[in-house]
Amino acid sequence: MIRSLPRSRGYTMGYGLYVTLYFIFLFAPLAVTCVLAFNNSQFPSLPWKGFTLDWFLADLPARTGIFHDRGNLSSIFTSAQTAILVSVLATLVGTCAAFLFEQEEFPLKGALYFLMLAPLVVPGVILGISILIAATTAGTFMEDVLGIDVGILRPGFWLVVLGQFSFITTFVTLVVSARLKKFDRTLEEAALNLGATRLEVIRYITLPFLRTAIIGAGAVAFLMSFENFNTTLFLVGSEPTLPINLYLQVRDGSTPVINAISFLLIVGTSLVACVNLYAGRRTEVSS
Amino acid sequence: MPTDISPVASSDASPIGSPSASADLSVTRLVKRFEKFTAVNDVSFEVEQGKFFSILGPSGCGKTTLLRMIAGFESPDSGVIAIRGRDMAGIAPNRRPVNLIFQHLALFPMMSVAENVAFGLKRRGMAGGEITRRVQDVLERVGLPGYGGKMPAQLSGGQKQRVAIARCLVLEPAVLLLDEPLGALDLKLREQMKVELKTLQAEVGTTFVYITHDQSEALVMSDHVAVMNAGRFEQVDTPRNLYRRPASAFVAGFVGETNVWSGTLEEATGDAGLVRTDEGTVFRARVPAGLAKGARVDMFIRPEAVLIDPDGASCATDGPPDGATGDGAGDGGDAPLPVRGACANRAQVQVQAILFDGAASRLLTHPEGSRREVMVALPQNRLYDHIKPGDRITVGWDDRAGICFAAGSGQ
Amino acid sequence: MSAALHAVSPPSAPVKSGPGLRLTLALFLTPVVLWLGLLIVLPHLDLLIMSFRMDPAFGDEGWSLENYHQFFAEPIYWLTFVRTAGYSVLVTLLTFVVSLPVAFYVTKVVERNTSRFLLTMLLLPFWVSELVRVYGWMILLRESGVLNHWLTALGITARPVEMLYNDATMIMGLVYTSMLFMVVPLVSVLESLDDSLIEAACDLGAGPWTIMRTIVVPHCMPGIVSGGIVVFMLTLGNYLTPNLMGGKNSLWFTEQIYNQFIASFNWNQGAAFGFLLLALSSCIIWLGLRLTGQKLSRVVQ
Repeated sequence: MIRSLPRSRGYTMGYGLYVTLYFIFLFAPLAVTCVLAFNNSQFPSLPWKGFTLDWFLADLPARTGIFHDRGNLSSIFTSAQTAILVSVLATLVGTCAAFLFEQEEFPLKGALYFLMLAPLVVPGVILGISILIAATTAGTFMEDVLGIDVGILRPGFWLVVLGQFSFITTFVTLVVSARLKKFDRTLEEAALNLGATRLEVIRYITLPFLRTAIIGAGAVAFLMSFENFNTTLFLVGSEPTLPINLYLQVRDGSTPVINAISFLLIVGTSLVACVNLYAGRRTEVSS
Repeated sequence: MPTDISPVASSDASPIGSPSASADLSVTRLVKRFEKFTAVNDVSFEVEQGKFFSILGPSGCGKTTLLRMIAGFESPDSGVIAIRGRDMAGIAPNRRPVNLIFQHLALFPMMSVAENVAFGLKRRGMAGGEITRRVQDVLERVGLPGYGGKMPAQLSGGQKQRVAIARCLVLEPAVLLLDEPLGALDLKLREQMKVELKTLQAEVGTTFVYITHDQSEALVMSDHVAVMNAGRFEQVDTPRNLYRRPASAFVAGFVGETNVWSGTLEEATGDAGLVRTDEGTVFRARVPAGLAKGARVDMFIRPEAVLIDPDGASCATDGPPDGATGDGAGDGGDAPLPVRGACANRAQVQVQAILFDGAASRLLTHPEGSRREVMVALPQNRLYDHIKPGDRITVGWDDRAGICFAAGSGQ
Repeated sequence: MSAALHAVSPPSAPVKSGPGLRLTLALFLTPVVLWLGLLIVLPHLDLLIMSFRMDPAFGDEGWSLENYHQFFAEPIYWLTFVRTAGYSVLVTLLTFVVSLPVAFYVTKVVERNTSRFLLTMLLLPFWVSELVRVYGWMILLRESGVLNHWLTALGITARPVEMLYNDATMIMGLVYTSMLFMVVPLVSVLESLDDSLIEAACDLGAGPWTIMRTIVVPHCMPGIVSGGIVVFMLTLGNYLTPNLMGGKNSLWFTEQIYNQFIASFNWNQGAAFGFLLLALSSCIIWLGLRLTGQKLSRVVQ
């Protein structure tokens, strides 16, 4: 049954087979996508026509590799900009929220905590349309009443940032809170006792303790923002992010350039994930 | 006492080998290796029906592995485990007539006490009414009547213990295995549970195999104790014999408190001999066969065998000459209690500290001109109230109180 | 939930007084209140208000239930809604059934060293964009896809078969997308399950199925609920997978919302749909928590 109990041969083999199939199921689409990025063919399909790097490097009329594909490159750039901004904002506010819910006492704390959790159970699509509606209402109000045209409130880069920020901050809050729960409050008391102010305590004692959790949360926030589709779909303007741009291309027929982009995404995210896992494990060991 | 809990002799057993008819558990030449490490090395023993048998050893000595092999969680590399004469090879743990009390009890937290106890009976497909009756019965027996509806989290440590035992006893196992179940309890409760377990075992008559690293648990509760070290049994004996007649340096050092003096064997005749310690003093002691003159030895003496001021004014010299304080078993090798006048060995020691601990009070002393620590029992009979740290005193002990083993063999 | 929050403040917390402490409270409270107020509360209120108003194009500015009436009047709307809800429940169940054996294998069956490695492997695809994963399935399964290429090459099928664009494939895609959100909470509760409980059950005579039913699943309940909630919520709100893998007849409710907003430009109708979807997901989550006696604040941790 488990590793410490004797198991029958059939049980071990059957179970092993199931898990093997599961892993094949898990990795098949990713593996096929990666392999076909190097197929010397006009379509992302078999038969195998030989190895090529055209879908990365070529700049021909029939084949434009990803490194020369203006549309996709600019969407990658937009996504990166969005993700950096969102992860910085979400990390800042999420860390504040973690401190607020773990260390402060104030009226209606329970209600506010519940609100903080809400983005976890609100579908991304709903979040997208809500923010779209609210921004439009606010924009109309500004224009009608104050006579100012506020560009930020129209679908576009800033609205995407706000939309993604609104739910990614919850994840950052939870990650940082989890670490903060393990913090020994007597260290703070010792520092206060030695003459530090509350802000100095946070600056010199608590934040260093949280450092790896905050960096990890920031990395997760970056990835979530970079890959977000549902919320972004309703808020995007004339500059599509990479997932939106890819979606439009996949929906309307595709070339192996998408495989090439996918390959880069898979490699890139795997690297970030590995670094994150490694860092997480190191803090686990050291704490 | 209802009798349906006590084990019935199984008639369908097919005896193998030569285990004696009354043995509930018989283990023959058992070996278990983990890669390069031999956890259980050629262990054989038998436990008679209705006995309380303990396996005592330091952590990592292989006792848990041995127990898990009997329960069926590990399979031996070689050797035979027979329960009531039936070979257990290839029989899954859920089909063996043994049950195990886990170290942390492993009560199912998601089930009530009654559901925990009923778990095994349900697995046997017993009818609901019968299950309820038996569960009530066994809960009464362990002193928890009416506790069926409680959840394990609501119970105290001692009550959890009893539920764990009830959960196994209700299945009427041939042998009940216990894996240091008292380890997690605090000291006072542990003392109480020792007595309770012993009484319970005597009452139900089930064969208990108990493993522990706590010598007091093993000595207090058991009919027989096996001392295990590095995968082997060093000695299997009654608690009294283990204490008084250790068969090896390891047993002498592990069971009970003891002083160790290293020295050289000067003379050996029969089972007696003369030891010259590294400080140059000569003592008489028992010497097992096989140690030759000139051998390096460790001499073990219990603190309570060492007598303060053996020739003092209050010394009664009319005690019996030799060994008459033995346990009457007629074994001449038994280490006798100290008797004034029979103490041939003498040593001058300086008191370093008084370790007051009620009835277990001791003196920490150094022999003259040595840093060796010697513990001496300090009876609280007001005779020795005058002793202060720094005092020089004479101590003495019987010829047969010290016992020698080859040096370093205890490790 | 309040119980969980009371536990948060340790008894030895520093004295809450003095201007310095008020300052830090304000420092932490302000951005959080701005975030939750402006980006969570206000937009959802606006969504609710808009759903009760008529499309301004019709000139009627007053309050109205017309948008909700439309929903029930048009079978295509409420049928899609019911179908989406039903399929989401099905996907949640399937995901649980597929994931539990894997989580159990990784935490309890394999050797500890292998366990670490397998866990990392399980998590890796989770980091890759959903779009990439769906795209992978598309080039595997479509008529000119990799699987069809092999099937015809091996002579198993005479002609390529279209395996995309049907409900079964869409369900598979949704399960695939959600699996990891079920595996992760299951792994974490299974890691807290003491092996000796399983050994004790076995010692008392239970077989593997009984142990699963009576020990493992009850112990895993918090993980099952939290995994179930996340999977259900993500499936219900999924747009990509049904849109790209489902057929013309397997319309998902999020696509209806998208159509109202982007194609018909009827935001009021879309807002009503959005609010209905939100109400549905909240209801089912509440029901799930109620049935299993869990608390949201505990489940998310």
